[in-house]
Amino acid sequence: MNEAAIPRIQSKDSPAMSGSSQPMVRFHNLRKSYGAVEVLKGIDLEVSSGQVVALIGRSGSGKSTALRCVNGLERFQAGELHVCGYDLSAKDLNLRNLRQDVGIVFQSYNLFPHLTVEQNVTLAPRKVKGVGHTEARELAKEVLAQVGLSDKVDAYPEQLSGGQQQRVAIARSLAMKPKLMLFDEVTSALDPELTGEVLRTIERLAADGMTMMLVTHEMAFARSVADQVVFMHQGRVWEAGPGDMLLDPQTVELRQFVGSGL
Amino acid sequence: MLGLTIQQIAYIFQGAGWTIILSLLGFVGGTVLGLPIALARSSNSKALRVASSLLVQFIQGVPLPVIMFVVYFGISIGGFEVPALVAAGLAMTLYSGAYLGEIWKGCIQAVPKTQWEAAECLALTPAQRFVYVVLPQALRIAIPPTVGFMVQIVKNTSYAVVINFFDLTYSAKVINNSTFMPFTVFTLAAAIYFAICFPMSVLAQRYERKLHRS
Repeated sequence: MNEAAIPRIQSKDSPAMSGSSQPMVRFHNLRKSYGAVEVLKGIDLEVSSGQVVALIGRSGSGKSTALRCVNGLERFQAGELHVCGYDLSAKDLNLRNLRQDVGIVFQSYNLFPHLTVEQNVTLAPRKVKGVGHTEARELAKEVLAQVGLSDKVDAYPEQLSGGQQQRVAIARSLAMKPKLMLFDEVTSALDPELTGEVLRTIERLAADGMTMMLVTHEMAFARSVADQVVFMHQGRVWEAGPGDMLLDPQTVELRQFVGSGL
Repeated sequence: MLGLTIQQIAYIFQGAGWTIILSLLGFVGGTVLGLPIALARSSNSKALRVASSLLVQFIQGVPLPVIMFVVYFGISIGGFEVPALVAAGLAMTLYSGAYLGEIWKGCIQAVPKTQWEAAECLALTPAQRFVYVVLPQALRIAIPPTVGFMVQIVKNTSYAVVINFFDLTYSAKVINNSTFMPFTVFTLAAAIYFAICFPMSVLAQRYERKLHRS
């Protein structure tokens, strides 16, 4: 991992950590099964406003499933999950309202190939929020500048590199002005150089105070950017703490995982 | 010319005109029927999927000439006198609707699930996900097989001869009956069918290549 390429940022103060305000995300004893296989065995986790939380762990440890529960892509069987004031176990939950507050970026970008970068970015604001044409153009300019792709407005996704596509995907999410962003292994399909440019984009968002949950295999990045690192193992939160926890693992499992990962 | 008079040749071409008209009816009717079938076949509702699947299976399991007979004589038994064109058009609609519905269902399903998911995560409604994200991609995929199927439609209109619809096959048969030159007459008919279908085949292949390149 080219740690030098990633500028360290100051660990931010998390206003909600004081305990007075509600956490933005709160898992309480959340359980989820696929058929007879229980993949989440009672997750407890809190994310405060402005915090960056990195979920790490082996494949199959449940970290992506946990992340996908946060915006309702996966339903769970037991326990509680509150996100941005929504109760995700409620029967009358309005998923479309929730998703206006919670953006997600996927490993495989999932840009719309038949639309230009600008159309990709403005589709949801125009159709969901009724943003006007000129306003949408301005919005596209603003979020594309945030990810450093102002010159790609009229390009189609296939004309962009993987790293650029992923940054457009981030811009597309940002255009909905979310309160919380989810990143699901967003650099796993990229080579180290392109990984660097996407991670720097995420770091800038963190520095701007965006609340984020990210599933990642980039240990150095998790350590430097996350306020809280959560190590998941066999469907449980095995160990959690500040980024430096990775330097001094308390459990055998995390020690093995970090040892194999760095 | 070819041992046929100008009038006889003109008569055969007149039949070709009706073949084209019936083909267009079949394609337009097939589109009107095929779109809802494609939507129902890829719908979330199990009842819709089963019902549309049964309809498709049923139509695909009956030979087109039999569909022609059933529609033509079925409507007359009901007490309505219909011209052969209407009966043939209805039969072609059923036939191409079932096949186009299946083709388009496949095209909708060929759009990756992750596209639906990405649209869903941007808070688009199910209808918006379909119209703005999935449909435009499915249409692109659908062009080559659809144009290819139009060739089948043109050729299969010849079955309308069983209900005495005046098309290219029918007009060729009539001229043969009066000239007794089956080889000449039916070779001419074949050449005309080919002239209608070949450009569409070429077009379908060209679209196919274009799709694979991108």
